[in-house]
Amino acid sequence: MLPKNWIPEWFDDWNAQHPTKNLLKPAILVGVGGTAVFAVAMFASWGNPLPNESLQTGPRGTGMSVTKFTADLDTPDPAIDEYYAEPPYEVASDEPLARDIYENVQVLGDLTEGNFNRLMNSITLWVSPDEGCTYCHEGANEGNYADDDLYTKVVARSMIQMTQSINDDWYGHVNANAEVGVTCYTCHRGQNVPSNVWFRIAPVNEGVAGWSAVQNRATVQSQFTSLPSDALETYLLEYEPINVHTLQAHPIDGPSDPGARTWQDTERTYSLMNYFSNSLGRNCVFCHNSRAFYDPAQVTPQWATASLGIAMVQELNNDWLVPLTDVLPEHRLGPIYADVPKVACKTCHQGYQKPLQGTNVIADYPELAAPGAPVYD
Amino acid sequence: MADYQNIFTQVQVRGPVEMGMTTDFGTQDERAGKGGFSTLLGWIGNAQLGPIYLGWFGIISLVTGTLWLNIIGFNMLAQVGWSIPEFIRQLFWLALEPPSPEYGLTMPPLNDGGWYIISSFFLLISVMCWWARSYHLAQQHKMGKHVAWAFAAAIWLFLVLGLFRPILMGSWSEAVPYGIFPHLDWTTAFSIRYGNLYYNPFHALSIVFLYGSVLLFAMHGATILAVTRYGGDRELEQIYDRGTASERAALFWRWTMGFNATMEGIHRWAWWFAVLTPITGGIGILLTGTVVDNWFIWAQEHHFAPMYDGSYGYADYGSYEAFIGQGE
Repeated sequence: MLPKNWIPEWFDDWNAQHPTKNLLKPAILVGVGGTAVFAVAMFASWGNPLPNESLQTGPRGTGMSVTKFTADLDTPDPAIDEYYAEPPYEVASDEPLARDIYENVQVLGDLTEGNFNRLMNSITLWVSPDEGCTYCHEGANEGNYADDDLYTKVVARSMIQMTQSINDDWYGHVNANAEVGVTCYTCHRGQNVPSNVWFRIAPVNEGVAGWSAVQNRATVQSQFTSLPSDALETYLLEYEPINVHTLQAHPIDGPSDPGARTWQDTERTYSLMNYFSNSLGRNCVFCHNSRAFYDPAQVTPQWATASLGIAMVQELNNDWLVPLTDVLPEHRLGPIYADVPKVACKTCHQGYQKPLQGTNVIADYPELAAPGAPVYD
Repeated sequence: MADYQNIFTQVQVRGPVEMGMTTDFGTQDERAGKGGFSTLLGWIGNAQLGPIYLGWFGIISLVTGTLWLNIIGFNMLAQVGWSIPEFIRQLFWLALEPPSPEYGLTMPPLNDGGWYIISSFFLLISVMCWWARSYHLAQQHKMGKHVAWAFAAAIWLFLVLGLFRPILMGSWSEAVPYGIFPHLDWTTAFSIRYGNLYYNPFHALSIVFLYGSVLLFAMHGATILAVTRYGGDRELEQIYDRGTASERAALFWRWTMGFNATMEGIHRWAWWFAVLTPITGGIGILLTGTVVDNWFIWAQEHHFAPMYDGSYGYADYGSYEAFIGQGE
């Protein structure tokens, strides 16, 4: 039981002096305010009500972990279900090869007829499921597959070679800790042109020069931040150094000295790194210990895989895609500089740490695993 | 008349506007506006708004400050091709950036930092005039100059960021961009470029004083409100004629944590904590890039960056497949 005078006197006095006129307004105010305070208190003390899981990426005490909603983790990448794959046919020792059967087979001549057509069918389903064979072979309906009349066929040949190079020369990246590999589908996902390609757009601001011209606009290239929009072209096309730190405590040169790394360079690196983490659906501490981003003694093994990925993308853009500039028709080129569509992390990864969440796409396609004659297990 | 003006004020008295005293400087002739009352303002402070004394310092400050703001705005507008909708849409992204590094301390072209230098010059005049005004007004009222010197502490940090450090670094490009998101980008990039500002001891001190200021402000505000019923809100009277309000407040803190400030001393605590926040912060900024290029390495050399035991990489803590709910 409460004591008789448990309500303080001033409360009764105040009420006596302020007879109630309209309870509704204060009631709504107290209700809304109170609910807000209660909700904030619950969030603060009990944490996020939606279940989530963490993947630890570094020593305890460093705060290195990747946190995701359990619901998201339980939903597989829908592109995995749509992926078409067909295992290779067995090869008899005396079977004739594609180069003997068909004309103008420059890259896949070592395949048997069955496997050659299996791969051609797969590529059609991966890249031009709506257009079919005629997307690359203009005379397909008349039985003429040999002509190189269409640019798409010339590009496709180069892209098949690029895929072989990715799987072979960049084995350490695409099969980093398990066999995954890439096929045309890794980027294309049933589209003629992969959706996550990029073009050069800098400068983005009018009437200004220098650093003012290349940043402070919400663009796809800046991932809608105000960071520089020229990070992808600077680092993944032009090989400019990404690191910004001197590895000593005290300074050597000033910001105007040649080769000096400024805070502006740091913003551009930040722009690339932000693109990187968005592409993979990961955060900074998946690769770095954020207290010393540059320190090679405090990075994760993933950092090495990612570094290899940067080198790979630089090579793909310069050795495989830029040379196609004259082959592609105008409507496939960039809107500002008529430059070739280029690749970066997101083109393959599309928001996942491993493309298609680590689905092994190369197992069924030894023909794409390396240049030359395929090796079937 | 003894006013009681705080958020709990139930009654707002309306009378003739209080015009204030005359001073030896004749400033009463330059007070602008007739003054009026606002019920809304009365809820959070004095209901009377105006008159205001601007003086020459105030006028120059407002004019140059407006020039600074307009130079920024028109530069932003030019960057979006004079499109008002685009200006509004990109407003938080846009900025007037300092010059590119290659111009050093020379006057850069207008389209690459020149306008930044010009606008910064106006901002400098504006801020300094406002400071002079805070000094001048205190003088007119025969007050101490505590407000002016506290403001000067903030100006110290402002000058370090935009004047002293760029000069020591040999380039105006080191100054901070004028833009909503871009100045935050600068802050992040600045910390990362110089090897993590958290390992800068002056940055640490500045945070101590900043959070300390908040704590002291809350403690003092709470204490005074708690003893208002005993006249504790009349702090000045309590300073020279200590009454039961001060006694109770002092005993409360002494019995809570052993130590208590005095009715006058608490204001010195608060003033110094507030003032030391930008002073120490400014020292930290001034040393960054000029004396220390990588604070984390500097911290390692001075043995206060601990190393952690354990592996790097998720492979030692789980698998990707398990994390995405596939198997194991």
